Amino acid sequence: MIADIPAGLILVAAGLALPLLPPALRGAVALAAPVLAFAQLLWIGAGYQLEADAFGFTLTLVRTDALSLPFGYVFCIAAFLNAIFSWHVRRGIEQPAALVYAGTATAAIFAGDLLTLFIFWELSAIGSAFVVWAGGTQRAYGAGMRYIIVQLASGMLLAAGAAVHYAGTGSLSFDHIGLEGAGGALIFAACGIKCAFPLLHNWLQDAYPEASPSGTVVLSAFTTKIGIYALARAFPGTEMLIYIGTAMAAFPIFYAVIENDLRRVLAYSLNNQLGFMVVGIGLGTELGLNGAVAHAFADILFKGLLFMSMGAVLYRTGTVKGTDLGGLYKSMPWTTAFCIVGATSISAFPLFSGFVTKSMIMTSAAEQGYTVVWLVLLFASAGVFHHAGIKIPFFAFFAHDSGIRVKEAPGHMLGAMALAAALCICIGVFPGAFYAVLPFTTDYVPYTSSHVLSQLQLLVFSALAFSWLMRNGIYPPELRSTNLDADWLYRGLGARAAAGLTFALREFLASLGDAAGMLGRAGGRAIHRLHGTEGVLARTWSTGGMVTWVAILLAAYLLVYYV
Amino acid sequence: MKIEEKKYWLDRPDNVRKLYLGLWIFGALLVLADLVVQRHAEAGFDGWFGFYGVYGFVACVALVLAAKLLRRAVMRPENHYDR
Repeated sequence: MIADIPAGLILVAAGLALPLLPPALRGAVALAAPVLAFAQLLWIGAGYQLEADAFGFTLTLVRTDALSLPFGYVFCIAAFLNAIFSWHVRRGIEQPAALVYAGTATAAIFAGDLLTLFIFWELSAIGSAFVVWAGGTQRAYGAGMRYIIVQLASGMLLAAGAAVHYAGTGSLSFDHIGLEGAGGALIFAACGIKCAFPLLHNWLQDAYPEASPSGTVVLSAFTTKIGIYALARAFPGTEMLIYIGTAMAAFPIFYAVIENDLRRVLAYSLNNQLGFMVVGIGLGTELGLNGAVAHAFADILFKGLLFMSMGAVLYRTGTVKGTDLGGLYKSMPWTTAFCIVGATSISAFPLFSGFVTKSMIMTSAAEQGYTVVWLVLLFASAGVFHHAGIKIPFFAFFAHDSGIRVKEAPGHMLGAMALAAALCICIGVFPGAFYAVLPFTTDYVPYTSSHVLSQLQLLVFSALAFSWLMRNGIYPPELRSTNLDADWLYRGLGARAAAGLTFALREFLASLGDAAGMLGRAGGRAIHRLHGTEGVLARTWSTGGMVTWVAILLAAYLLVYYV
Repeated sequence: MKIEEKKYWLDRPDNVRKLYLGLWIFGALLVLADLVVQRHAEAGFDGWFGFYGVYGFVACVALVLAAKLLRRAVMRPENHYDR
């Protein structure tokens, strides 16, 4: 029975089978698997449980409910979009790894207990690391290594937290956990790494932009959303999350303004969008949680679309540096148009997806009386439009003409972008139908004249600020640079400390060797003096002398014996 | 022989200026719409006349100026970590 196979494992099986298939078939299988998984989810619906006995526990391999299903749906859509976008990738590890990654991530979403969650949490980390490594460059290799270390650390925290939680409560079930116990705190930290909390965030901006054009698209969808889902499941209404989320929404946008690699700009903006979701979870109201889930759903689509458009630019021109690009609308008009749909969606323009999802979180924050939080989120909203909505399309497709003339993106990439763009617009235009898949039934109405007007004012004046700064030469130019972030702690300071420690250790070992050598040489000289040619112990002695010494020894022995 | 490339509408600085002016006019109309549209203020003070416009403009200018300052502190050569 197909219902008894977890949806995620359908994707995993397809991913594992992919390398064994002839290249011509691989694309079709990669497309069919998410469709099958999606259909299965629709068929089993909410309230389904699949249990199995293993390790002496009863594990809940699959649990479908109103919270896990929306994530499951959008994960299948993301895997499908990625299969179209990466149609040209027929060799290497990327396609199989991407499917295994998508599948294990989906399986993690439907895990009903902490042990199952841990297993798929770790497997998805490994799958995604292979997607990073498939970037194929030296930088991708290094970034992938740093990435996998951080992700496995998150898994270890989850395992430790689950063990402590089990010891304390006797339950492994993955439901509301809260921060009361030490186990809860450890699990919270594990989620914090996945969600890229401030100071735990840099694996995201470090690794994602180093993957291949299609690799980054698939990476952007899953890992962080597993973290968001786990927080929504285990820690809704944890007040600390409101402040963490607010900081997350605000600080990455400063980096996004000065970053030159446009995919890294998008990674910062992904971090900022996660901040909104974390605030929604922290608020813990039905509106806030609905907003968090809705925004995660919408973000997978519009951020995927933006990463696809930058992937297409990278695929055609070989670079996504703001310094090198510009004027591409002339040669890639369709990619430009799709990128602008992604940009207006993330910026929450009326009629686009972000408008109907982010506003739920904002409204809930205001309703709960978090005025300062609300003001910072409003600032972050203006900032999103500024760096993701304007900066990305502007520097890639407009700005000064770089003179680069390339072909339009290949048909399959345009197809994937068109589908993602259509979904972004559908959500924005038909919010009622979209709200039906959210965890709580809601009567929230996004399209009031007041809301539309205030959002348009905010966005138009953000655009005016951008143009005004640009025309007056105040806007900071794109510069080739690396910007230090929290990763400096391990890539700069940590690496230097490690290098210093290695040097000190090597010096110490060398001096130890020197000392041993000196001792050895001294010992050698002594042996040579005694045993070498003319050494005292190497001389041939006369028989008479020997007999005399033996007699003396025997006499001494006798004497000692009697005494 | 150099092939003359198609001239695009946006290639003319005049048109870019028109676009820029058009955006200001649109913004002004949106602020004026505040006089007509019934507001449902979320946080209270956001019902003030032109609040969102002013906030959006000031927030973005502040963001960019702060980011320029941030650059002084954190910007390094592109190959900083590869050396």
